[in-house]
Amino acid sequence: MFSVQTFGDTGKMKDYHYTGPVEHRFSPYAFNGGTVLAVAGEDFAIVASDTRLSEGYSIHSRDSPKCYKLTDTTVIGCSGFHGDCLTLTKIIDARLKMYKHSNNKTMTSGAIAAMLSTILYGRRFFPYYVYNIIGGLDEEGKGAVYSFDPVGSYQRDTYKAGGSASAMLQPLLDNQIGFKNMEGVQHVPLTQDKAVQLVKDVFISAAERDVYTGDALRVCIITKEGIDEQTVALRKD
Amino acid sequence: MALEDICNLRNSCLHQNWLPASPATSFLMTDCYNLGLKGPKKSQRNNEVPLQFFIPPLLNSTSFLNRSPSSYFQGNPPVTVRRPFPLSHGTTTLGFVFQGGVIAAADTRASAGGLVACPEVEKINPIHSHLVVTSSGSGADCMLWERILTREIRLYQLRHKRCLSISGTAKLLSFMLHPFKGTDVCVALTLCGWDKELIYVCSDGARLQGNIFSVGSGSPYAYGVLDRELSWSLSNEEAISLAREAVFRATHRDAYSGNNVDLFHITAQGWHQRKRENLKEEYYRDMKKRGLF
Repeated sequence: MFSVQTFGDTGKMKDYHYTGPVEHRFSPYAFNGGTVLAVAGEDFAIVASDTRLSEGYSIHSRDSPKCYKLTDTTVIGCSGFHGDCLTLTKIIDARLKMYKHSNNKTMTSGAIAAMLSTILYGRRFFPYYVYNIIGGLDEEGKGAVYSFDPVGSYQRDTYKAGGSASAMLQPLLDNQIGFKNMEGVQHVPLTQDKAVQLVKDVFISAAERDVYTGDALRVCIITKEGIDEQTVALRKD
Repeated sequence: MALEDICNLRNSCLHQNWLPASPATSFLMTDCYNLGLKGPKKSQRNNEVPLQFFIPPLLNSTSFLNRSPSSYFQGNPPVTVRRPFPLSHGTTTLGFVFQGGVIAAADTRASAGGLVACPEVEKINPIHSHLVVTSSGSGADCMLWERILTREIRLYQLRHKRCLSISGTAKLLSFMLHPFKGTDVCVALTLCGWDKELIYVCSDGARLQGNIFSVGSGSPYAYGVLDRELSWSLSNEEAISLAREAVFRATHRDAYSGNNVDLFHITAQGWHQRKRENLKEEYYRDMKKRGLF
Protein backbone atom coordinates (compact mmCIF):
# COMPACT_ATOMS: atom_id res chain seq x y z
CA MET A 1 0.00 0.00 0.00
CA PHE A 2 1.11 3.57 -0.50
CA SER A 3 2.31 5.22 2.68
CA VAL A 4 0.66 8.35 4.04
CA GLN A 5 3.61 10.47 2.92
CA THR A 6 2.99 10.06 -0.77
CA PHE A 7 -0.44 11.62 -0.46
CA GLY A 8 -0.54 15.35 0.22
CA ASP A 9 -3.14 17.26 2.19
CA THR A 10 -5.66 17.36 -0.61
CA GLY A 11 -5.53 13.60 -1.15
CA LYS A 12 -3.77 13.82 -4.50
CA MET A 13 -0.37 12.21 -4.85
CA LYS A 14 2.48 14.63 -4.14
CA ASP A 15 4.94 15.41 -6.90
CA TYR A 16 8.54 14.55 -6.38
CA HIS A 17 10.00 17.77 -4.93
CA TYR A 18 12.40 19.52 -7.26
CA THR A 19 13.68 22.68 -5.63
CA GLY A 20 16.17 23.60 -8.32
CA PRO A 21 19.84 22.74 -8.74
CA VAL A 22 21.60 22.39 -5.41
CA GLU A 23 25.34 22.63 -4.98
CA HIS A 24 26.73 20.01 -2.62
CA ARG A 25 29.85 21.21 -0.90
CA PHE A 26 32.37 18.75 0.38
CA SER A 27 32.14 18.66 4.16
CA PRO A 28 35.24 17.43 5.92
CA TYR A 29 33.13 16.28 8.87
CA ALA A 30 30.87 13.26 9.38
CA PHE A 31 28.79 12.41 12.39
CA ASN A 32 29.46 8.92 13.72
CA GLY A 33 27.15 8.98 16.73
CA GLY A 34 27.77 7.52 20.14
CA THR A 35 27.30 8.65 23.70
CA VAL A 36 29.84 9.07 26.48
CA LEU A 37 29.24 9.54 30.18
CA ALA A 38 31.47 10.16 33.16
CA VAL A 39 30.73 10.25 36.90
CA ALA A 40 33.11 11.22 39.71
CA GLY A 41 32.78 9.78 43.17
CA GLU A 42 34.62 10.21 46.42
CA ASP A 43 37.51 7.89 45.52
CA PHE A 44 36.54 6.57 42.11
CA ALA A 45 35.57 7.74 38.65
CA ILE A 46 33.53 5.99 35.99
CA VAL A 47 33.76 6.59 32.24
CA ALA A 48 31.23 4.75 30.09
CA SER A 49 30.42 4.74 26.40
CA ASP A 50 28.31 2.77 23.99
CA THR A 51 30.09 0.85 21.24
CA ARG A 52 28.03 1.62 18.14
CA LEU A 53 29.72 3.37 15.21
CA SER A 54 27.15 4.67 12.75
CA GLU A 55 26.96 7.03 9.80
CA GLY A 56 23.63 8.19 8.40
CA TYR A 57 21.36 5.15 8.26
CA SER A 58 24.17 2.55 8.43
CA ILE A 59 26.03 0.97 11.28
CA HIS A 60 29.74 0.60 10.55
CA SER A 61 30.59 -1.37 13.66
CA ARG A 62 28.94 -2.73 16.78
CA ASP A 63 32.20 -2.99 18.69
CA SER A 64 33.85 0.41 18.60
CA PRO A 65 34.13 1.66 22.18
CA LYS A 66 34.73 5.34 22.71
CA CYS A 67 36.71 5.19 25.96
CA TYR A 68 40.48 5.39 25.59
CA LYS A 69 42.90 4.73 28.44
CA LEU A 70 45.46 7.53 28.76
CA THR A 71 47.29 6.79 32.02
CA ASP A 72 46.69 4.47 34.99
CA THR A 73 44.41 7.06 36.53
CA THR A 74 42.80 8.74 33.52
CA VAL A 75 40.39 7.63 30.82
CA ILE A 76 39.04 9.85 28.05
CA GLY A 77 35.73 9.38 26.24
CA CYS A 78 35.49 10.91 22.76
CA SER A 79 32.35 10.96 20.62
CA GLY A 80 31.47 12.80 17.43
CA PHE A 81 33.47 12.35 14.27
CA HIS A 82 35.45 9.12 14.58
CA GLY A 83 38.34 10.29 12.37
CA ASP A 84 38.98 13.26 14.63
CA CYS A 85 38.59 11.06 17.74
CA LEU A 86 41.35 8.74 16.54
CA THR A 87 43.73 11.55 15.60
CA LEU A 88 43.07 13.44 18.80
CA THR A 89 43.80 10.40 20.99
CA LYS A 90 47.00 9.78 19.01
CA ILE A 91 48.12 13.36 19.62
CA ILE A 92 47.28 13.13 23.32
CA ASP A 93 49.26 9.88 23.62
CA ALA A 94 52.24 11.49 21.89
CA ARG A 95 52.11 14.52 24.17
CA LEU A 96 51.82 12.28 27.23
CA LYS A 97 54.94 10.38 26.18
CA MET A 98 56.82 13.63 25.55
CA TYR A 99 55.82 14.91 28.99
CA LYS A 100 56.90 11.63 30.62
CA HIS A 101 60.28 11.75 28.94
CA SER A 102 61.01 15.36 29.70
CA ASN A 103 59.55 15.60 33.22
CA ASN A 104 60.00 12.02 34.48
CA LYS A 105 56.48 11.79 35.81
CA THR A 106 53.02 10.94 34.47
CA MET A 107 50.63 13.74 33.69
CA THR A 108 47.88 14.30 36.25
CA SER A 109 44.22 14.44 35.16
CA GLY A 110 44.06 18.22 35.65
CA ALA A 111 47.18 18.73 33.56
CA ILE A 112 45.83 16.51 30.77
CA ALA A 113 42.62 18.54 30.79
CA ALA A 114 44.47 21.85 30.51
CA MET A 115 46.67 20.47 27.72
CA LEU A 116 43.67 19.13 25.80
CA SER A 117 42.03 22.54 26.03
CA THR A 118 45.05 24.14 24.35
CA ILE A 119 45.25 21.42 21.70
CA LEU A 120 41.57 21.88 20.82
CA TYR A 121 41.82 25.67 20.73
CA GLY A 122 44.86 25.47 18.46
CA ARG A 123 42.37 24.23 15.89
CA ARG A 124 39.89 27.03 16.54
CA PHE A 125 39.52 27.71 12.81
CA PHE A 126 39.12 24.09 11.75
CA PRO A 127 37.93 22.35 14.90
CA TYR A 128 38.13 18.74 15.89
CA TYR A 129 34.50 17.63 15.83
CA VAL A 130 34.82 15.69 19.07
CA TYR A 131 32.97 15.95 22.37
CA ASN A 132 35.47 14.93 25.02
CA ILE A 133 34.99 13.94 28.63
CA ILE A 134 37.96 13.04 30.81
CA GLY A 135 37.43 10.94 33.91
CA GLY A 136 40.08 10.11 36.44
CA LEU A 137 41.54 10.61 39.88
CA ASP A 138 43.14 13.89 40.88
CA GLU A 139 46.33 14.24 42.94
CA GLU A 140 44.44 13.70 46.20
CA GLY A 141 42.83 10.49 44.95
CA LYS A 142 39.36 11.98 44.57
CA GLY A 143 37.29 11.40 41.44
CA ALA A 144 37.44 14.14 38.80
CA VAL A 145 35.49 14.66 35.60
CA TYR A 146 36.45 17.31 33.04
CA SER A 147 34.03 18.03 30.20
CA PHE A 148 34.97 19.84 27.00
CA ASP A 149 33.28 21.48 24.08
CA PRO A 150 34.75 20.95 20.59
CA VAL A 151 36.86 24.11 20.70
CA GLY A 152 38.47 23.68 24.09
CA SER A 153 36.27 25.29 26.73
CA TYR A 154 36.36 22.99 29.76
CA GLN A 155 35.52 22.72 33.39
CA ARG A 156 35.56 20.27 36.22
CA ASP A 157 32.23 18.59 36.99
CA THR A 158 30.85 15.79 39.13
CA TYR A 159 29.05 14.15 36.23
CA LYS A 160 28.57 14.84 32.54
CA ALA A 161 27.08 13.21 29.49
CA GLY A 162 28.30 13.97 25.97
CA GLY A 163 27.50 12.83 22.47
CA SER A 164 24.27 12.12 20.61
CA ALA A 165 22.10 11.21 23.63
CA SER A 166 23.61 13.83 25.94
CA ALA A 167 20.50 16.02 25.94
CA MET A 168 18.46 13.02 27.17
CA LEU A 169 20.93 11.75 29.76
CA GLN A 170 22.10 15.01 31.34
CA PRO A 171 18.72 15.88 32.92
CA LEU A 172 18.45 12.34 34.31
CA LEU A 173 21.89 12.63 35.87
CA ASP A 174 21.04 16.11 37.22
CA ASN A 175 18.14 14.54 39.02
CA GLN A 176 19.70 11.29 40.25
CA ILE A 177 23.23 12.41 41.11
CA GLY A 178 22.81 16.16 41.57
CA PHE A 179 19.42 15.86 43.30
CA LYS A 180 18.22 18.84 41.31
CA ASN A 181 14.51 19.66 41.35
CA MET A 182 13.82 17.19 44.15
CA GLU A 183 12.27 18.59 47.31
CA GLY A 184 12.88 17.13 50.75
CA VAL A 185 15.37 14.46 49.69
CA GLN A 186 18.44 13.56 51.70
CA HIS A 187 21.62 14.06 49.69
CA VAL A 188 23.34 10.68 50.04
CA PRO A 189 26.87 10.52 48.58
CA LEU A 190 27.17 8.09 45.67
CA THR A 191 28.78 4.70 46.34
CA GLN A 192 30.70 2.92 43.60
CA ASP A 193 28.20 0.07 43.15
CA LYS A 194 25.26 2.42 43.02
CA ALA A 195 27.04 4.60 40.48
CA VAL A 196 27.84 1.64 38.21
CA GLN A 197 24.24 0.44 38.37
CA LEU A 198 22.96 3.93 37.63
CA VAL A 199 25.25 4.25 34.59
CA LYS A 200 24.01 0.92 33.22
CA ASP A 201 20.35 1.90 33.72
CA VAL A 202 20.90 5.29 32.15
CA PHE A 203 22.46 3.81 29.02
CA ILE A 204 19.65 1.28 28.68
CA SER A 205 17.24 4.23 28.64
CA ALA A 206 19.39 6.09 26.11
CA ALA A 207 19.45 3.08 23.78
CA GLU A 208 15.65 3.03 23.84
CA ARG A 209 15.22 6.55 22.56
CA ASP A 210 18.38 7.47 20.63
CA VAL A 211 19.03 5.69 17.35
CA TYR A 212 22.78 6.30 17.43
CA THR A 213 23.23 4.67 20.84
CA GLY A 214 23.08 0.93 21.43
CA ASP A 215 24.74 -2.46 20.78
CA ALA A 216 26.91 -2.65 23.90
CA LEU A 217 28.10 -0.56 26.80
CA ARG A 218 31.71 -0.36 27.91
CA VAL A 219 32.20 0.85 31.50
CA CYS A 220 35.66 1.77 32.83
CA ILE A 221 35.88 2.12 36.61
CA ILE A 222 38.96 4.00 37.79
CA THR A 223 40.12 3.51 41.36
CA LYS A 224 43.51 3.68 42.98
CA GLU A 225 43.86 -0.04 42.34
CA GLY A 226 43.65 0.51 38.60
CA ILE A 227 41.15 0.56 35.77
CA ASP A 228 38.46 -2.16 35.64
CA GLU A 229 36.49 -2.65 32.43
CA GLN A 230 33.03 -4.19 32.14
CA THR A 231 30.90 -4.80 29.04
CA VAL A 232 27.11 -4.92 29.14
CA ALA A 233 24.82 -5.75 26.21
CA LEU A 234 22.36 -3.10 24.97
CA ARG A 235 19.63 -3.10 22.34
CA LYS A 236 20.97 -3.98 18.92
CA ASP A 237 18.15 -2.47 16.85
CA MET B 1 62.50 40.80 4.84
CA ALA B 2 61.74 43.51 7.39
CA LEU B 3 58.12 43.93 6.29
CA GLU B 4 57.56 40.18 6.49
CA ASP B 5 58.88 40.14 10.01
CA ILE B 6 56.72 42.99 11.28
CA CYS B 7 53.59 41.49 9.77
CA ASN B 8 54.50 38.09 11.24
CA LEU B 9 54.07 36.52 7.84
CA ARG B 10 56.90 34.04 8.31
CA ASN B 11 55.08 32.28 11.13
CA SER B 12 51.84 31.63 9.33
CA CYS B 13 51.12 28.32 7.61
CA LEU B 14 50.11 30.36 4.54
CA HIS B 15 53.71 31.38 3.99
CA GLN B 16 54.94 28.06 2.71
CA ASN B 17 51.90 27.48 0.55
CA TRP B 18 52.97 30.08 -1.95
CA LEU B 19 56.62 30.80 -1.22
CA PRO B 20 59.07 27.96 -1.78
CA ALA B 21 60.95 26.90 1.32
CA SER B 22 63.51 24.22 2.02
CA PRO B 23 62.10 20.86 3.16
CA ALA B 24 63.66 21.22 6.62
CA THR B 25 62.02 24.54 7.50
CA SER B 26 58.67 23.68 5.93
CA PHE B 27 58.32 20.61 8.16
CA LEU B 28 58.95 22.65 11.29
CA MET B 29 56.51 25.33 10.25
CA THR B 30 53.47 23.07 9.98
CA ASP B 31 52.99 22.15 13.61
CA CYS B 32 49.31 21.59 13.07
CA TYR B 33 49.30 18.79 15.64
CA ASN B 34 50.51 21.12 18.37
CA LEU B 35 53.48 18.93 19.24
CA GLY B 36 55.71 21.84 20.19
CA LEU B 37 58.16 21.20 17.36
CA LYS B 38 59.16 24.85 17.08
CA GLY B 39 60.47 24.93 20.61
CA PRO B 40 58.99 26.71 23.64
CA LYS B 41 56.45 29.37 22.79
CA LYS B 42 58.03 32.76 23.33
CA SER B 43 56.19 36.04 23.61
CA GLN B 44 58.98 38.48 22.85
CA ARG B 45 56.90 41.25 21.43
CA ASN B 46 53.68 42.19 23.16
CA ASN B 47 51.55 41.57 20.13
CA GLU B 48 52.93 38.12 19.38
CA VAL B 49 50.24 35.73 20.46
CA PRO B 50 51.77 32.81 22.39
CA LEU B 51 49.64 30.11 20.83
CA GLN B 52 49.95 28.37 17.49
CA PHE B 53 46.83 28.24 15.37
CA PHE B 54 46.26 25.86 12.50
CA ILE B 55 44.77 27.79 9.61
CA PRO B 56 43.01 25.59 7.04
CA PRO B 57 44.48 26.13 3.55
CA LEU B 58 42.17 27.78 1.04
CA LEU B 59 40.60 25.31 -1.38
CA ASN B 60 40.36 27.67 -4.33
CA SER B 61 43.74 29.28 -4.99
CA THR B 62 42.71 31.50 -7.95
CA SER B 63 40.31 33.59 -5.86
CA PHE B 64 43.04 33.87 -3.21
CA LEU B 65 45.51 35.45 -5.63
CA ASN B 66 42.97 37.94 -6.91
CA ARG B 67 42.29 39.46 -3.49
CA SER B 68 43.86 42.71 -2.34
CA PRO B 69 47.47 42.59 -1.11
CA SER B 70 46.57 43.75 2.40
CA SER B 71 44.82 40.49 3.10
CA TYR B 72 47.99 38.47 2.32
CA PHE B 73 49.70 39.81 5.38
CA GLN B 74 46.87 39.12 7.75
CA GLY B 75 47.79 35.46 7.95
CA ASN B 76 44.12 34.70 8.55
CA PRO B 77 41.95 34.03 5.50
CA PRO B 78 38.22 33.79 6.17
CA VAL B 79 37.17 30.40 7.46
CA THR B 80 36.18 28.01 4.67
CA VAL B 81 35.08 25.17 6.93
CA ARG B 82 31.55 25.21 8.23
CA ARG B 83 31.17 23.98 11.79
CA PRO B 84 28.58 21.25 12.33
CA PHE B 85 27.99 22.16 15.99
CA PRO B 86 26.93 25.28 17.88
CA LEU B 87 29.28 27.04 20.30
CA SER B 88 28.31 28.42 23.68
CA HIS B 89 27.05 32.00 23.67
CA GLY B 90 24.52 34.10 25.50
CA THR B 91 25.03 35.73 28.85
CA THR B 92 24.45 38.69 31.14
CA THR B 93 27.46 40.34 32.70
CA LEU B 94 27.75 43.77 34.20
CA GLY B 95 30.20 46.00 36.00
CA PHE B 96 30.00 49.43 37.53
CA VAL B 97 32.07 51.85 39.56
CA PHE B 98 30.96 53.53 42.78
CA GLN B 99 32.52 55.12 45.84
CA GLY B 100 33.33 51.76 47.45
CA GLY B 101 35.20 50.32 44.48
CA VAL B 102 34.01 48.27 41.52
CA ILE B 103 31.28 45.64 41.38
CA ALA B 104 31.32 42.87 38.75
CA ALA B 105 28.36 40.52 38.43
CA ALA B 106 27.38 37.81 35.95
CA ASP B 107 25.00 34.90 35.48
CA THR B 108 26.33 31.34 35.13
CA ARG B 109 24.59 29.77 32.16
CA ALA B 110 26.44 28.61 29.03
CA SER B 111 24.05 27.83 26.19
CA ALA B 112 24.98 26.10 22.92
CA GLY B 113 22.16 26.49 20.42
CA GLY B 114 19.04 25.68 22.43
CA LEU B 115 20.74 23.45 24.98
CA VAL B 116 22.14 24.57 28.31
CA ALA B 117 25.66 23.23 27.89
CA CYS B 118 26.61 24.05 31.46
CA PRO B 119 24.53 25.64 34.22
CA GLU B 120 27.48 26.50 36.46
CA VAL B 121 30.13 28.28 34.45
CA GLU B 122 32.37 30.90 36.06
CA LYS B 123 32.14 33.95 33.88
CA ILE B 124 34.08 36.20 36.23
CA ASN B 125 37.70 35.17 36.60
CA PRO B 126 40.49 36.88 38.50
CA ILE B 127 43.61 37.77 36.53
CA HIS B 128 45.58 38.79 39.57
CA SER B 129 44.78 39.93 43.08
CA HIS B 130 43.45 43.32 42.01
CA LEU B 131 42.04 42.67 38.57
CA VAL B 132 39.02 40.68 37.58
CA VAL B 133 37.64 40.06 34.09
CA THR B 134 34.04 39.27 33.15
CA SER B 135 33.65 37.35 29.94
CA SER B 136 30.91 37.05 27.38
CA GLY B 137 30.72 35.80 23.82
CA SER B 138 31.95 32.37 22.88
CA GLY B 139 32.85 30.31 25.96
CA ALA B 140 35.96 28.64 24.59
CA ASP B 141 37.35 31.88 23.16
CA CYS B 142 36.89 33.72 26.46
CA MET B 143 38.41 30.93 28.53
CA LEU B 144 41.52 30.58 26.37
CA TRP B 145 42.07 34.33 25.93
CA GLU B 146 41.81 34.83 29.68
CA ARG B 147 44.45 32.14 30.15
CA ILE B 148 46.68 33.85 27.61
CA LEU B 149 46.12 37.24 29.25
CA THR B 150 46.88 35.89 32.73
CA ARG B 151 50.09 34.36 31.40
CA GLU B 152 51.19 37.61 29.75
CA ILE B 153 50.40 39.71 32.83
CA ARG B 154 52.36 37.32 35.03
CA LEU B 155 55.33 37.41 32.66
CA TYR B 156 55.21 41.21 32.63
CA GLN B 157 55.16 41.23 36.41
CA LEU B 158 58.18 38.96 36.57
CA ARG B 159 60.13 40.88 33.95
CA HIS B 160 59.40 44.43 35.09
CA LYS B 161 58.85 43.90 38.84
CA ARG B 162 55.58 45.80 38.85
CA CYS B 163 51.97 45.19 37.94
CA LEU B 164 50.77 46.38 34.56
CA SER B 165 48.08 49.07 34.81
CA ILE B 166 44.51 48.25 33.77
CA SER B 167 44.67 50.43 30.68
CA GLY B 168 47.93 48.73 29.80
CA THR B 169 46.33 45.32 30.25
CA ALA B 170 43.40 46.36 28.08
CA LYS B 171 45.74 47.63 25.37
CA LEU B 172 47.76 44.41 25.49
CA LEU B 173 44.63 42.30 25.15
CA SER B 174 43.27 44.45 22.35
CA PHE B 175 46.51 44.19 20.37
CA MET B 176 46.69 40.43 20.91
CA LEU B 177 43.16 40.05 19.57
CA HIS B 178 43.75 42.28 16.57
CA PRO B 179 45.16 39.58 14.22
CA PHE B 180 41.86 37.71 14.64
CA LYS B 181 39.64 40.58 13.61
CA GLY B 182 37.30 39.39 10.88
CA THR B 183 37.40 35.74 11.95
CA ASP B 184 34.65 34.36 14.11
CA VAL B 185 36.52 34.72 17.39
CA CYS B 186 33.90 36.30 19.62
CA VAL B 187 35.26 37.75 22.84
CA ALA B 188 33.84 40.64 24.85
CA LEU B 189 35.65 41.14 28.14
CA THR B 190 35.20 43.78 30.81
CA LEU B 191 38.32 44.38 32.87
CA CYS B 192 37.45 45.54 36.39
CA GLY B 193 40.36 46.87 38.37
CA TRP B 194 41.24 48.22 41.74
CA ASP B 195 41.81 51.78 40.60
CA LYS B 196 38.08 52.29 40.01
CA GLU B 197 38.62 51.61 36.36
CA LEU B 198 36.37 49.64 34.07
CA ILE B 199 37.47 48.89 30.51
CA TYR B 200 35.54 46.96 27.88
CA VAL B 201 37.61 45.07 25.29
CA CYS B 202 36.01 43.31 22.38
CA SER B 203 37.32 41.12 19.56
CA ASP B 204 35.99 43.62 16.99
CA GLY B 205 38.69 45.95 18.24
CA ALA B 206 36.76 48.18 20.65
CA ARG B 207 38.54 49.30 23.80
CA LEU B 208 36.37 51.61 25.90
CA GLN B 209 36.70 53.00 29.37
CA GLY B 210 33.54 53.80 31.28
CA ASN B 211 31.73 53.79 34.59
CA ILE B 212 29.08 51.23 33.80
CA PHE B 213 29.11 48.36 31.33
CA SER B 214 26.75 45.48 30.71
CA VAL B 215 27.50 42.91 28.04
CA GLY B 216 25.60 40.04 26.56
CA SER B 217 22.17 39.01 25.38
CA GLY B 218 20.63 40.04 28.72
CA SER B 219 22.35 43.40 28.88
CA PRO B 220 19.38 45.57 27.83
CA TYR B 221 17.41 44.29 30.81
CA ALA B 222 20.35 44.81 33.16
CA TYR B 223 20.94 48.36 31.88
CA GLY B 224 17.30 49.21 32.61
CA VAL B 225 17.62 48.20 36.25
CA LEU B 226 21.08 49.75 36.71
CA ASP B 227 20.33 53.11 35.07
CA ARG B 228 17.43 53.64 37.43
CA GLU B 229 19.26 53.39 40.72
CA LEU B 230 22.96 53.70 40.09
CA SER B 231 24.72 56.61 41.76
CA TRP B 232 28.24 57.26 42.99
CA SER B 233 27.30 57.43 46.65
CA LEU B 234 25.78 53.96 47.05
CA SER B 235 26.87 51.99 50.10
CA ASN B 236 28.51 48.59 49.64
CA GLU B 237 25.35 46.65 50.49
CA GLU B 238 23.18 48.78 48.22
CA ALA B 239 25.58 48.36 45.32
CA ILE B 240 25.73 44.59 45.79
CA SER B 241 21.98 44.27 45.98
CA LEU B 242 21.57 46.48 42.90
CA ALA B 243 23.95 44.33 40.87
CA ARG B 244 22.20 41.18 42.06
CA GLU B 245 18.80 42.61 41.17
CA ALA B 246 19.97 43.64 37.69
CA VAL B 247 21.27 40.15 36.92
CA PHE B 248 18.14 38.55 38.37
CA ARG B 249 15.81 40.63 36.18
CA ALA B 250 17.95 39.96 33.12
CA THR B 251 17.95 36.20 33.74
CA HIS B 252 14.20 36.28 34.20
CA ARG B 253 13.57 37.85 30.80
CA ASP B 254 16.46 36.54 28.71
CA ALA B 255 16.31 32.87 27.77
CA TYR B 256 20.06 32.54 27.35
CA SER B 257 20.92 33.77 30.85
CA GLY B 258 20.05 32.06 34.07
CA ASN B 259 20.86 29.69 36.88
CA ASN B 260 23.06 31.53 39.43
CA VAL B 261 24.57 34.95 40.00
CA ASP B 262 28.26 35.52 40.73
CA LEU B 263 29.35 38.73 42.36
CA PHE B 264 32.83 40.19 42.83
CA HIS B 265 33.66 43.36 44.73
CA ILE B 266 37.03 44.91 43.92
CA THR B 267 38.62 47.44 46.27
CA ALA B 268 42.10 48.72 46.87
CA GLN B 269 42.68 45.69 49.10
CA GLY B 270 41.90 43.25 46.29
CA TRP B 271 38.88 41.35 45.02
CA HIS B 272 36.36 39.68 47.26
CA GLN B 273 33.94 37.06 45.91
CA ARG B 274 30.45 36.77 47.26
CA LYS B 275 28.95 33.28 47.60
CA ARG B 276 27.24 32.11 44.42
CA GLU B 277 23.49 32.42 44.71
CA ASN B 278 20.84 30.33 42.99
CA LEU B 279 18.17 32.46 41.37
CA LYS B 280 15.51 29.77 41.24
CA GLU B 281 14.34 30.48 44.80
CA GLU B 282 14.75 34.23 44.33
CA TYR B 283 11.89 34.39 41.84
CA TYR B 284 9.40 32.81 44.27
CA ARG B 285 10.62 35.00 47.15
CA ASP B 286 10.18 38.07 44.99
CA MET B 287 6.68 37.08 43.89
CA LYS B 288 5.65 36.41 47.48
CA LYS B 289 7.05 39.74 48.61
CA ARG B 290 5.03 41.56 45.99
CA GLY B 291 1.90 39.63 46.91
CA LEU B 292 1.56 38.12 43.45
CA PHE B 293 1.95 34.50 44.54
